[in-house]
Amino acid sequence: MRRLHEGGRIDRSRPMEFIFDGKALAGYRGDTLASALLANGFGLVGRSFKYHRPRGIYSAGPEEPNALVTVGARGRREPNLPATTVELADGLVAESQNRWPSLKFDIQSVNGLFAPFLSAGFYYKTFMGPTRRAWMVYEHFIRNAAGLGRAGEEPDPDRYEVRNLFADVAVIGAGPAGLSAALAAGEAGAKVVLVEQDFLAGGTLLSEPADGEARAWLSVTLARLAHMPNVSMMTRTTAFGAYDSNVLGLVERHGSGTADPAKGEARQMVALLRAKTMVYATGSIERPLTFANNDRPGIMLASAARTYLNRFAVLAGTRVMVATDNDSAYSAAFDLAAAGAEVTIADGRAEPTHERLEQSRHWGIAVRRKSLISNALGRHAVRAVTLSEPGGTITLKCDLVVVSGGWSPTVHLTCHLGVRPVYREDIKDFVPGKLGAGQFVAGAVTGGFITAGAIEEGHRAGAEAAAFCGATKSVQPPFSLDLAEINAGPNGSHFVTSPRSGPLPHFVGGKDGSPARRPQDSLPTRSGERWFGNRKAELTKGKAFIDLQMDVTVSDVALAHREGYESVEHLKRYTTLGMGADQGKTSNVIAISAMAGLRGMAVPDVGTTTFRPPYTPVAVGALAGRSQRHLYKPFRRTPMHDWHVANGAQMLETGVWMRPSFYLASGRDVDQAYPAEMRMVREAAGLMDISTLGKIDVQGPDAAEFLDRVYVNGFAKLPIGRARYGIMLRDDGIVFDDGTTMRLSERHFFMTTSTAKAADVMSRLEFLLDTAWPGLRVSVTSVTDEWAAMSVAGPTSREILAAAFPDLNVSNEALPHMGFLEGRYRDKPLRIIRLSFSGERAYEIYTGASVGKEMWCRLIEAGTPFGQKPYGVEALGALRVEKGHVAGPEIDGRTTLDDLGLSRMAGKRSGYVGDVLGRREALSDPARPRLVGLRCLEPGKRLSGGAILFRPGERMHGHGLGRITSVTYSPTLDASVGLALIARNAAEEGAEIVAAYPMKGQTVRARIVSPIFLDPKGERLHG
Amino acid sequence: MLRIECPYCGPRDHDEFRYGGDASVIRPVHDDADFEAWYRYVFVRENPAGPHREYWQHVIGCRQWLVVGRDTRNHEIASVRSAREARA
Ligand SMILES: [Zn+2]
Repeated sequence: MRRLHEGGRIDRSRPMEFIFDGKALAGYRGDTLASALLANGFGLVGRSFKYHRPRGIYSAGPEEPNALVTVGARGRREPNLPATTVELADGLVAESQNRWPSLKFDIQSVNGLFAPFLSAGFYYKTFMGPTRRAWMVYEHFIRNAAGLGRAGEEPDPDRYEVRNLFADVAVIGAGPAGLSAALAAGEAGAKVVLVEQDFLAGGTLLSEPADGEARAWLSVTLARLAHMPNVSMMTRTTAFGAYDSNVLGLVERHGSGTADPAKGEARQMVALLRAKTMVYATGSIERPLTFANNDRPGIMLASAARTYLNRFAVLAGTRVMVATDNDSAYSAAFDLAAAGAEVTIADGRAEPTHERLEQSRHWGIAVRRKSLISNALGRHAVRAVTLSEPGGTITLKCDLVVVSGGWSPTVHLTCHLGVRPVYREDIKDFVPGKLGAGQFVAGAVTGGFITAGAIEEGHRAGAEAAAFCGATKSVQPPFSLDLAEINAGPNGSHFVTSPRSGPLPHFVGGKDGSPARRPQDSLPTRSGERWFGNRKAELTKGKAFIDLQMDVTVSDVALAHREGYESVEHLKRYTTLGMGADQGKTSNVIAISAMAGLRGMAVPDVGTTTFRPPYTPVAVGALAGRSQRHLYKPFRRTPMHDWHVANGAQMLETGVWMRPSFYLASGRDVDQAYPAEMRMVREAAGLMDISTLGKIDVQGPDAAEFLDRVYVNGFAKLPIGRARYGIMLRDDGIVFDDGTTMRLSERHFFMTTSTAKAADVMSRLEFLLDTAWPGLRVSVTSVTDEWAAMSVAGPTSREILAAAFPDLNVSNEALPHMGFLEGRYRDKPLRIIRLSFSGERAYEIYTGASVGKEMWCRLIEAGTPFGQKPYGVEALGALRVEKGHVAGPEIDGRTTLDDLGLSRMAGKRSGYVGDVLGRREALSDPARPRLVGLRCLEPGKRLSGGAILFRPGERMHGHGLGRITSVTYSPTLDASVGLALIARNAAEEGAEIVAAYPMKGQTVRARIVSPIFLDPKGERLHG
Repeated sequence: MLRIECPYCGPRDHDEFRYGGDASVIRPVHDDADFEAWYRYVFVRENPAGPHREYWQHVIGCRQWLVVGRDTRNHEIASVRSAREARA
């Protein structure tokens, strides 16, 4: 193999250096890594997945099963890239994979010994069957032997982006059909995005001889497209997934060379393209042939050999054997002969067309009829092939074998949409099924393989797609291109016809070298042979691969059949066929055909294969874009956030919010700080940022009625200027959320919700008003972000309030427990509610978010002389446990009012949300949980949240009687205490219980007590 | 991805919306004490393979609750109406 002195679409004025397996090599701009390797004489570029067999370059596109390489170093390492899709760049570093110690000498390739263990069903039997324990034995061997490349372990320094795109018409594939579609849609006035995975547009036209008509057609078409401002062409962009509503997932790769993150350049960018219509012009992929040792380096698809020759000016061999069952490989044969190769065609058909025979004669090519390739000889490079012919077998020398078993339309993207592909007998393959409105197909994907036809179809699809979006300017007829080409389509006759439709065209020849037979005859079928039988047969002649990447052979499919894994889905799982990084692009249809042959059925009766996104692998980094580390999700910060940070708060991520966990002034770590902060609140006062609470403004003539329905307790009679604690249920009677609502006027209320449920409550209220009770004249508005909120709690809280607001009357009479004052502060509304979460007398102060920090500082200043300091959520959570207030851990979406001891809230009311289903019989089961307090009985030990509760002496297994929901150290009681949910029939105050924490092997004795550890009469908060 | 054409905001990605379940079930009036009616409303669903009327709220948008007609087999959306109008 060598580079020709002229021709191709490489830029010889731009030589490039690259490194492969440590060796410095040269190529040109316009090369792929694969073409450059071939130009440098590299026939062997990798080792296979299971058997470590030497492998070469098999294709020239994303279907490549063999030539997987790792590109880049350290954090930029990217494994498992097909060398056929890697655009050559100056300084590119690549290495081969799955070999040790070197590519030429791989120790594990003495794998005939291991082969029996690795045949079909090995993984299946190992993981699913009774021999699961075998995994223990083989794990080490398998992990080292079977595998692909290794990812980088260091952080990836590159930048990735995600962006959003919109178009009228999305055209996928810039081959003749796609280009023609984009042109027509563009002319019609539609906004078009044309997507091409290659770094050049042109598709199959790029593989045509460079001096031909195709080149002229392509440059004229590209020039016309470039002049259309409404058409954007995205090369180096793979449409990896087609999703509902005409959304395409695209991944765009940076051009040749490294993207510079310092300049803001992204290495890869995922784009979500929302189009009104789609034109799938995705083309087709050539099918391989199956014969013994069909994986040897030097064997490649005919289309690939032609691409390397015409596009990259690389002659992949000088003595070429063309093995085919259709006409399309003749183009490759003629071009290779024209480039000086000595070419022989082994045509499986009895009667190749007269025209082809004439042309072959012209090029001096011998055509052997009814000639089936049955074996390839040579280990690191093919050196001869065995042909089975009516007259016997013959062995011919060669250094390149090009194969063609017809063409598979690229139906992947339409499959993503759930459109099942349809089998077409004439091409022996699947085409897209019926697509939805606004979706079009054009070109080879439809199963027609003539360029002129693709151009016409593309033109028609493009114009129709544009019209679908209302773009109907007049469109010129397509500029035609007649390549007088040779196709495998309906015009090409296929060899091996049979009375049934079973036998497959691309499945030619028994691997034992016998003449063409029906495939099932060529497979070992004696049941006694089992694995070793296959092995024997394969050791004589060599393996015949169907899936080159996953190392799945004909024998593996036969084994799956014998063992009853006959459906396509079972076959895939049993043999791992099609489960490689290439998703079996070259193997799926052959495998289905093989199974059809074994079962004596027609291909469509055996099944179709389902393709799922992504079409080709997408780097996780590209999907993440910049959503990583601190940009992974937005954080919400309260108006006082900066103050907290500046004053030693240790911030904690709580749901979407950042909140102070504790302040360093209270202690050096959380365990030291939170009891100190609790003591401060119990003995003097503390200031807490509660801006995160959900706040909802409820207004309208029916506001009181509305609240009466959504809360279990009544609000209609709540006096103006008073607040009330309320509980909401879900429709099924389970507790939803709690909060305080105050009445500002007859028709105006101010509701607060828990921080965690704020969004859910808001949405639910809107749901009820929009769908259930549209007759209620009520409007709800989220005002969470508009109000800053803080709470002053503790015995000195009233003095602090009086000092902060000297002109307000905050006496017990003017502002009793659950009282409410409204005033102004700096021209901003000020609301003060007296209520308590901690059990101490406390006030919540609300003001405008823009003056929140100022208000906070005012209260800090006013409170300092009274021993007040700020405290964090750790102490807050602990204070409420001491007081027996339920919160998120208890209101966990499973508990009822009764479970939480809150039935009195509803009293005898009815007609509120959740009322009827809350009375379900099952919810009064004596085994339902009941909220209790627990006090640790073992000094020096602590209760743990999540611990499971058992009776003393009871065997500890299963879910026990219940669980601990919240725990704290209580400085007031100097004990570890907690809240728990325990079966009602065991919730006996005074009883002893064992709390087990099996994860840590801990058990602690505790006593069941009232959940209100402190001030059960509430004297502190009323005083 | 679904694209939902909000009658107020235009076509938007489904991640701007919150799913709200089956819109064909009939919610009893608020003070209906019939257990059977509430049970059917909360727990009994048709789960059709085909056209389905369902609630979606445009939470990152106009916040309206909408009734969307979606085919569960292919996710095609046949209609989008405001829930208040759909009820009226
Ligand atoms: Zn909207």
